[in-house]
Amino acid sequence: MPINYYIFLSVALFCIGVTGVLTRRNAIIIFMCVELMLNSVNLLLVAFSKMHHLALIGKHADAGTNAQIFVFFIMVVAAAEVSVGLAIIVMMYRNTHSVDVNFLNRLKH
Amino acid sequence: MGMTQILFWFLSVLALFSAIMVVVSKNPVHSVLWLIAVFFAISGHYILLNAQFLAIVNLIVYAGAIMVLFLFVIMLMNLNSDTEPQKNKWLKIAGVIAGGALLLVFVAALKNADLKNQMAEVTNGDIGLIHNLGIALFKDYVVPFEISSVLFLSAMVGAVVIGKKE
Repeated sequence: MPINYYIFLSVALFCIGVTGVLTRRNAIIIFMCVELMLNSVNLLLVAFSKMHHLALIGKHADAGTNAQIFVFFIMVVAAAEVSVGLAIIVMMYRNTHSVDVNFLNRLKH
Repeated sequence: MGMTQILFWFLSVLALFSAIMVVVSKNPVHSVLWLIAVFFAISGHYILLNAQFLAIVNLIVYAGAIMVLFLFVIMLMNLNSDTEPQKNKWLKIAGVIAGGALLLVFVAALKNADLKNQMAEVTNGDIGLIHNLGIALFKDYVVPFEISSVLFLSAMVGAVVIGKKE
C-alpha cells in the first residue's frame, strides 16, 4: 500500500483523539482519547518501519526492527501510565464524587 | 482491487468510525467498547503489515488488560450518561473546530510531500515476526527492557499508594 494512506489514516485518528480531549468533560473519556492518539502514532511507526524495510532490502536484512521495538516500548510505557492515571482518577472521584474535569479548579483559588 | 486493498479499506473505515463513536458516545461504557473496536482494527492493520508480534501484544495489552481496567473503573464509579453535565455547547463547537483545523493543517502539510513512490510493504517481510524481534530485543535492547521492568514496579507502587484510602 502507498505510505500516504497510512499517514492520512493516522492523522485522522490523531485528530479525532485531539477533538475528544478538547470537547469531552469526563476524565476517563479524555484518558481514552489520549490512548487513541498513542495508537495512531504506533500505527504510523509500524507503517514507516515496513517502508524502510522495502527501501533497504538486500542491504540490511533487519532494517525496520528498531521501529517495531520502539512501538513495543511505547506500549509498555502506556500500560504503566494507564495504571497510575486511573489511580489518580479514582482518587479524584473519591474526593469530589465526580469525574468532571471542570471541578478540578482548586489551583485557581 | 485485490484482497489487501479491500482489507485495508475495511479496517480503515472501521477504525475511523469506531474512533468517532468513542468521542460522541454519551455512555462511557459504550465508549470503552468502541475503543476496543478501534484496537481490533489497528491490530488488523498490524497483521496486514506482517507485524505479528505487535498485533498480538496490542490485543493482549490494550484490548485485554488496559480496557478491562477502564471498564472496571467505570463500573466501580457507576457512571451513566446523565452524570456528564451538558453545558456550554460553544466550548464543544470550539473544540471540534480546533480539531478540524489541526487535521486541515496536517493534510495541507502532507498533501504535497514527495512520497508518491514510497510503499509500505504489506503481507511479506519478516522483521515483525516474534523470532526477529525477540533477537533484537534481547540482544540490542536488553538494558531498556530491564529498565522498563523497574518502571512497571514503580508504576505499581505508585498506583497502590495513590489509590490507598488516606
